[in-house]
Amino acid sequence: MTEPAAVAAPKPHIAHEVPHEALGFWRKYVFSTDHKVIGIQYAITGLLFLLFGFSLMMLMRWQLAYPGAALPLLGRLLGEARMPGGTMLPEFYNELGAMHGTIMVFLGVVPLAVGGFGNFVVPLQIGAQDMAFPRLNMASYWSFFLGGVTMLASFLVPGGAAQGGWTSYTPLSVLAGTGQTMWLIGMIFLITSSLLGAINFITTIIQLRAKGLTFLRFPFFVWTQFVTAFLLLLAFPPLEAAAVMQLMDRVAGTSFFLPSGLVVSGQVVAVAGGGNPLLWQHLFWFLAHPEVYVLILPGMGIVAEIIANNTRKPLWGYRSMVYSLVFLGFMSFIVWAHHMFMTGMGTAMAAFFQTTTMIISIPSVVILTALIISLWGGSIRFNTPMLFAVAFLPMFGIGGLTGLPLGLNVADIPLHDTYYVIAHFHYVVAPGTIFALFAGIYYWFPKATGRKMNETLGKIHFFGSLVCMNVVFMPMFLMGLAGVSRRLFDGGASYAFAQPVLHLNVVSSWGAWTLAIFQIPFIFNFFWSIWKGEQTDGNPWQATTIEWAAPSPPPHGNFPVAPEAYRGPYEYSVPGAAKDFLPQYEA
Amino acid sequence: MTEWLGLPALASAHGGQIDSLIGWTHVFMLILFVGWGGFFAYALIRFRGSRHPVANYTGVKSNTSKYSEIGVAVVEAILLFAFSIPIWAARVDHVPPESEALVVQVTGEQFAWNVHYAGPDRKFGRTDIKLIDLQSNPLGLDRSDPAAKDDVTTLNQLYLPVNKPIIVRLRSKDMIHSFGVPEFRVKQDAVPGLTIPIWFVPNVTTAEMRIRTGNPEFQYEIACAQLCGLGHYRMRGFVTVQTAEEFQKWMDAEEEKLKGESDVFK
Repeated sequence: MTEPAAVAAPKPHIAHEVPHEALGFWRKYVFSTDHKVIGIQYAITGLLFLLFGFSLMMLMRWQLAYPGAALPLLGRLLGEARMPGGTMLPEFYNELGAMHGTIMVFLGVVPLAVGGFGNFVVPLQIGAQDMAFPRLNMASYWSFFLGGVTMLASFLVPGGAAQGGWTSYTPLSVLAGTGQTMWLIGMIFLITSSLLGAINFITTIIQLRAKGLTFLRFPFFVWTQFVTAFLLLLAFPPLEAAAVMQLMDRVAGTSFFLPSGLVVSGQVVAVAGGGNPLLWQHLFWFLAHPEVYVLILPGMGIVAEIIANNTRKPLWGYRSMVYSLVFLGFMSFIVWAHHMFMTGMGTAMAAFFQTTTMIISIPSVVILTALIISLWGGSIRFNTPMLFAVAFLPMFGIGGLTGLPLGLNVADIPLHDTYYVIAHFHYVVAPGTIFALFAGIYYWFPKATGRKMNETLGKIHFFGSLVCMNVVFMPMFLMGLAGVSRRLFDGGASYAFAQPVLHLNVVSSWGAWTLAIFQIPFIFNFFWSIWKGEQTDGNPWQATTIEWAAPSPPPHGNFPVAPEAYRGPYEYSVPGAAKDFLPQYEA
Repeated sequence: MTEWLGLPALASAHGGQIDSLIGWTHVFMLILFVGWGGFFAYALIRFRGSRHPVANYTGVKSNTSKYSEIGVAVVEAILLFAFSIPIWAARVDHVPPESEALVVQVTGEQFAWNVHYAGPDRKFGRTDIKLIDLQSNPLGLDRSDPAAKDDVTTLNQLYLPVNKPIIVRLRSKDMIHSFGVPEFRVKQDAVPGLTIPIWFVPNVTTAEMRIRTGNPEFQYEIACAQLCGLGHYRMRGFVTVQTAEEFQKWMDAEEEKLKGESDVFK
């Protein structure tokens, strides 16, 4: 590691100056207030939930590929209430569907992208010793953890977990079994966790920047986390309120979301009535559309870091990327009703939300274009993080482009709520965001552990995943164009018009199961490299941003001497410089 | 030009516009993907480390990307203002007068579609949730209301005359359902507490579609498109499109049945 030349005025509470008592095991690794430990806790919990959510989907894919067929071995283990004789019940299928979505979004991707990478990397990248509010940070993780446990426990209550989709549309969700109550309580914990985290990120990024680290010297990743934190802070409270209202509808006899005159199975439902089911949708999507950007922005940030590092040149159009990002953040609050085009929308509302939807595509196009153009003129190193990062670009591109016909509400009529939508957002989040997250794991693993992950295993993981992801999701576009609805227990087998494309269900399913096999090298690599990976110094990728000034792994308090920023984040291959990178932290 | 997309056979007057918009949008997407993808792939190969050991600090100097971004914005604006917004306005604002159309009430419930015709008096009879009986009167139709005497109801069977504007008043008894008929390019959520009208003109009879598709068992299907419970996947109805004469004959037969039933009650 290189010596920062200028003598930085030490901050008053710099870690190594104030001796702190040695922490016991519980305070050091479990109830830690250190952002790095919390980041790793978030990341590992998030990865476990991703694996769990993926497993739920693999079970669903069995039923979709072979509707009504008994699942060998595993099917019987799941019990008579779920899979009698190994054959799946529609109730269980709906549980799996609702919980797959909920877990992947709220317990997998966001905790890993924001809680994991945000916590671990942001303080290091801005040269801080920790987050601004370490105890709030710990509270955020444990609130998330409780939310996760509540969600998992909901599978065990009578009637099983929530069955109303991750969107929990009313009245279906209000009139559902106990699992839905658990879902709502779980969501309240998760939202609380995100709010605590968001406040912490905003404060940390503004207040704890290293000397000289102006906003336009931020690594793009810090910018993405900054904007993401605002999205979480401003979009989640309406859903928290909505979750409490739905809970009241379920347990306290209110009717926020229940209209009068509901008749279920011939029986008049005894509720007060007078509510509106569409109110829930507005409150839900007011969060859930910004949430889409919460899912994608940190991924974009990771990809930007890795592309700059491995092309050995600055990002092209850094400023326009930052401005686009901020604009994207603002716009993401006024597009939500494009999820509701088929609820009976008049021309004025539809025109407004279509227009904002088209407008929001432009900053995404600018960012993606800048990242692609950044490749031009580089000296590209194809290590595993870079492979995942460059694959993100076309995969996210497919996801973004296919949003276009869905955003034009006339084109959306036949495509709405079909497999086309499933394919669209999975391209954004699965080979999009999740590839970016894998890239980030391979990239910052040496910072967290002092060792690199194995490259050969990494490449097997990458190429296998790339092929399988496309085998899983590409057929879904064709099924959607053919008109097959999503969330069908038999994958569309009941419908005559779906028959010509039904075989694609089998293709997708085998793609998914093979995808699982290609995650084994990753899981093995992850644990093996912790102990046996190639040892590295503080800056194994010859990177420029401030996290690489810290030793690997960074000690409590992160930096031996408070770092300063002397230049922009990506000064690679500067003409006339002695080496091909000029770190931000070197004078 | 939209056959390559694999959309279902088309059988409504307005559907062609929707198909063209989907088609042109996909052409535009394909152009962008090939353009970006080509540049991307070329850059990866051309600037790999072994071939290009020293990176260029500045990279691309031209402003071409700015023009492509402006191009994207312009095409999106055209798709939006020239096509999507006006076509949508035609769907929701320019509903034909009820005197020129056939008005049908379709009410979703777990997991079936109740179809309700006003009959020759063109007036829908009163319904009341207190009268609902799952087997004999799923809509709670009050047969003592004079307007209800000639009302025809069916379960999961929607009969329509060809080439006549159809107004479907969509309602739901319990959950949110979605009335989707792929061949008509029609989809609309049925939201409990609301009555939402949609309209379309079916222009191919079931009989003719059987010839066109070469499938003697072809039937238009109503596919529920919104998760509504454990039976969502089998919430399937059928649409039979007939010539005006055939439709009238069917309607007359239903009226006869009704008369027979009311005679029994007398």
